[in-house]
Amino acid sequence: MNKLILAVVVLLGSVGYAFASRSGTTATVPQDTPVAMATQTSSVATPLPTVASAQTATAVPAAPQTSSSPTPVSTGQYKDGTYTGSVADAYYGNIQVAAVISGGKLAKVNVLQSPSDRQQSVQINQRALPVLISEAIAAQSAHVSGVSGASDTSPAFNESLGVALASAHA
Amino acid sequence: MRETRTSMGMPITIELVDSHADQATIDAVFDYLSEVDLRFSTYKEESEISGINRGEVTEDAYSTEMKEVFALAEAVRADTGGYFDIRRPDGAIDPSGVVKGWALKRAASLLVERGHTNFMLDGAGDIATKGKNGDGEEWVLGIRNPFAHEEIVKVVQPHGKGIATSGSAVRGAHIYDPHLPERLLEEVVSVTVVAEDVLVADLYATAAFAMGRAGIDFLNEYPGLEGYAIDKDGIAVMTSGFLEYIV
Repeated sequence: MNKLILAVVVLLGSVGYAFASRSGTTATVPQDTPVAMATQTSSVATPLPTVASAQTATAVPAAPQTSSSPTPVSTGQYKDGTYTGSVADAYYGNIQVAAVISGGKLAKVNVLQSPSDRQQSVQINQRALPVLISEAIAAQSAHVSGVSGASDTSPAFNESLGVALASAHA
Repeated sequence: MRETRTSMGMPITIELVDSHADQATIDAVFDYLSEVDLRFSTYKEESEISGINRGEVTEDAYSTEMKEVFALAEAVRADTGGYFDIRRPDGAIDPSGVVKGWALKRAASLLVERGHTNFMLDGAGDIATKGKNGDGEEWVLGIRNPFAHEEIVKVVQPHGKGIATSGSAVRGAHIYDPHLPERLLEEVVSVTVVAEDVLVADLYATAAFAMGRAGIDFLNEYPGLEGYAIDKDGIAVMTSGFLEYIV
């Protein structure tokens, strides 16, 4: 019975430690799940592919650092495959990730290296790592049935403008 | 059939595509929205909400609809860490942030009950669509340019999902940050959300807008919500899932 209590205490203690040592990273690896190795394993930095599309292409930044805010990338298609990021210093150790592109989109991020003292790191984000995309706004010309826009503070102004615009539809 | 009327202080457009569409149905929807206005308008002295704000109505005497709207507001307040809050700094309750999307969603249900499977309901930028447009194609909507209201900056097909936009079209936004009421919301000027229905879209567009630049991150992490946020410099940031709605 004492051994059971001790085992539970140790278990709770290690779970507690795991939670205490977490620092809010969005992608971490469970202990017993094997990490898929990238097809190009190397410790030399392999930058993510340049966006290849007809749209204005700019270089995509290297693999994200361990921060919880997603890195904005420019719009466009990626080439399918697995791409290894640089080995980055995450202060408490190194982190290296590989980006898996499937269907032209970022489908998964595999963690190749993570700091050794973070063995308790909890669970992998099974779904695609959410990515933010930014662009400069530009006027579009298209026939639309309705427009979604912020309501003005003045109900009267809104009423007047709205009815005027609605009348402008065919 | 397409008709626009002012209701709840805003232009509401109904477009019915099905062949059995009739004026009676359009009138019924606008009548319903007038009822909603009578109950929830803080601009009307005789409304239930005005009575509540004057302290004349005890909680057990609240109407079912009022209780429902308050419950919704509380759920979203908790879910957004307080960034959605219908209680004004002066203590008065202004449920308009819930009522708009809530009423439109109910109006859409009214249409469905009457056998309509192809329609658009546009309440000043909160838009519910169902089925196909008059050309038999996916409904196509625009996102307004917050700097030039006659322009659109994005063309989207919501595929039956709800869409709503929150923002500060004019300086002196009516939405404030409940955590810091003095903070003028200036960094982000417009947040558009696509969600399962127009009510959810409206609620979370409002909350995300109140969060400032962090709003789009909140939306990005939240399953079932996609967003398009425009900042004061005309740079838009969108959640990756928003791509599937862009034409």
